[in-house]
Amino acid sequence: MELEVNGTRRRINVDAGRSLLSVLRDDLNLTGTKYGCGEGQCAACTVLLDGVPTRSCLARVGSVGKKRVMTIEGLAHDGHLHHVQQAFIDEDALQCGYCTGGMILGAVALLRENPKPTDAEIVQSMNGHICRCGTYPRIIRAIHAAARKGGRA
Amino acid sequence: MITRRDFFATVGGGIVVFLIPDGCDAQESGGGRRRGFNQRLPEQISAWMHIAEDGTVTVYTGKVEVGQNSRTSLSMAVAEELRAPLSSIHMVMGDTTLTPFDMGTFGSRTTPTMWPQLRKVAATAREALMDLAAKQWKADRTALKVESGKVLWNSHSASFGELTKGQKLAMNVSSSAPLTPATEWRVAGKPTLKVSAHEIVTGRHKYPYDIQRPGMLYGKVLYPPAFGAKLASFDASAAKAIHGVTVVHEGDFVAIAAPEPDAADRALAALKAEWTPAPPQPSSSSDMASYYENNAEGGLSPKAAQSYNIAYIAHVPLEPRAAVAEWSGDKVTVWTGSQRPFGVRSELASHFSIPETSVHVMMPDTGAAYGGKHTGDAALEAARIAKVAGRPVRRGWTRQEEMTWAYFRPGGVIKASATVSADGIIQTWSFDNYNSGPSGLNSPYHVPQGNEHFHRSKAALREGSYRGLAATANHFARESYMDELAHSVSMDPLEFRLKNTTDERLRNVIQAAADRFGWKDHKKTAGHGFGIAAGFEKGGYIATCAEVRVERPGGAVKVLRVVESFECGAIVNPLQLENQIEGAIMMGLGGALFEQIEFANGKILNDRLARYRVPRFTDMPAIEVVLLDRKDIPSAGAGETPIVGIAPAVANAIFDVTGVRLRSLPLAPKGVNVS
Repeated sequence: MELEVNGTRRRINVDAGRSLLSVLRDDLNLTGTKYGCGEGQCAACTVLLDGVPTRSCLARVGSVGKKRVMTIEGLAHDGHLHHVQQAFIDEDALQCGYCTGGMILGAVALLRENPKPTDAEIVQSMNGHICRCGTYPRIIRAIHAAARKGGRA
Repeated sequence: MITRRDFFATVGGGIVVFLIPDGCDAQESGGGRRRGFNQRLPEQISAWMHIAEDGTVTVYTGKVEVGQNSRTSLSMAVAEELRAPLSSIHMVMGDTTLTPFDMGTFGSRTTPTMWPQLRKVAATAREALMDLAAKQWKADRTALKVESGKVLWNSHSASFGELTKGQKLAMNVSSSAPLTPATEWRVAGKPTLKVSAHEIVTGRHKYPYDIQRPGMLYGKVLYPPAFGAKLASFDASAAKAIHGVTVVHEGDFVAIAAPEPDAADRALAALKAEWTPAPPQPSSSSDMASYYENNAEGGLSPKAAQSYNIAYIAHVPLEPRAAVAEWSGDKVTVWTGSQRPFGVRSELASHFSIPETSVHVMMPDTGAAYGGKHTGDAALEAARIAKVAGRPVRRGWTRQEEMTWAYFRPGGVIKASATVSADGIIQTWSFDNYNSGPSGLNSPYHVPQGNEHFHRSKAALREGSYRGLAATANHFARESYMDELAHSVSMDPLEFRLKNTTDERLRNVIQAAADRFGWKDHKKTAGHGFGIAAGFEKGGYIATCAEVRVERPGGAVKVLRVVESFECGAIVNPLQLENQIEGAIMMGLGGALFEQIEFANGKILNDRLARYRVPRFTDMPAIEVVLLDRKDIPSAGAGETPIVGIAPAVANAIFDVTGVRLRSLPLAPKGVNVS
């Protein structure tokens, strides 16, 4: 089957029942998408399917079809960080960083829907993401900072 | 596999500085300043650094990065003393071949031990470079300056690499190299962003779970259905029929290797095994309080005034344990997430009866640990499977495996008794911890000495380290009891604490937290409670104030606001410190309010995140951190102690609003009974 990942069509020979997470990591070497729980509870495996945040551990690769897959590796363009990525650096919104890729993609999707979210809207939208290091207050600040910069979505 | 000696043969020109720890005879290791790399490499060194001719500084330490950001703070130590840009410094960490031996990254020891050591290493190099420059320029050495990776004198300027002129210079750390006092720091003490942030936000950083090797197989292990069960019989024929599958069977160890992860899952499911159940487990999570006391070494203590219970909790690092192992002949290379890469090396060497020099363990910065990654379980599994399969094997634990077969923060019972004079002075004090541990056992207040004891007991589950160790449990019990004592003499809990300590540093953090929180001014708000707690552990002083709301009816607890003050000597990186404190408060809220491992009959009942709740965005209070910077006191570590204040502060706040005294962690997994 074919999969469009980060703007590139990739031909893969895998069972359609495989999880998208496993195919991205193990077949396409896109390891920025993380395994955290395998049951859609932590969102470390978040990717965007046509811009919609999706738990890739639960999504079957056969269900992706023609939807465009974006992983954390595909977010920066020509070496320029997306403003959400830059905001996570500037606000020190990470510790171990294992949740960060999923968090950033979740935040990108949120800001596309809602360019100026309130604290409460961020909390509600991001609540499916776990940061065990507890950087939640900094992530909220980073999302506000990214919202202020706006720009490319 | 390269050895240390090979490594030094290949390292380019420049300067290498070795640090011989105090107490080791420098002469034995070659001693003093030496030229060339041909002499025997010193064995007893705790760090080394290489300054290449292009000015790149590479520092080698056995400490590891688990999210606490030591990669940044240790880089700052070197940048500070070497007067070199932070970006020129590259840290090689936790590699058993390239880095010197290190016991492990735990106990908040990186800042008090490795941080000053690396400053000495860098200061020695700086002084040596100044010597070289003074000689080359025939300059008055005292007129030289070192700035931005260059030595400067009048119109002269030379980069570090230029000064070495292709020589290889090796030297030991000089105790005479002056360290920069904290009051004059130019890099340290300043808010500094995480040096590895860029590779993390772009998804490029390879965690242990991400390591891939050519021809790598995926490993799975067949665990028993309950703790202690023994393998009676098994049939692997269906698993072996799956293309490419290797079955490993050594005693009770049964494992699978397969070329694709889904084939490994299918093969594991296809194994048919019969198990002999272990004798019935003596306990379940609902029956633990009497268990610890009944099994205590030395029997029971006299009846105490109050009793506090501590549940087992799980670390839940977002990256479960993982390892990749690759054999070459009788040598094995392992990439794994571990706080003790050298300990993992020993485990592997011991298991396979091979010398430690045949084991190379590398620790890519891992997806957190919190004390949970001290052992080499995944590494050993990967190496056992890889040895049989004859190919590299990755063994990545599932979340359920992580929450069942790792170890837990010990549960326990703590008993406290005291008497207090009418004017609020503690007269007698006894404090007994059963099973949960001795860290933070001793009261930081002025209490009669000699009646604080830790009693070993029998573990109901596999137990191990956890961020802060038992300091969380002991502070919970002590600071809850302090609150009870304050109320018993009708004193304000803040006033009672200040009355019972003359320790200036403790008083300062208590006052700082109370002032920022507005303790004195807080007005009774319907449904809101206010609590305070304080303590000292691992060189850090902490005070925490919490405001909670308890819903009526239902008794649901929401922590609205937390103010925490912290003092750990001279602050190394205020940004990192704040981040650690905020994170410790968030993580600590879970163990305070709702986290607990439930088990019965040798099984973990909540072995997944859908059943084991960890703090999320919605649990987040408004957090304010007050940092006290004591440039006159050596820096202590801060990854652990900031977690100890939140549970008692919340418990005391719940009492303040409801009158209900909760004496068990977690406090309110199903809310407070406020009927």
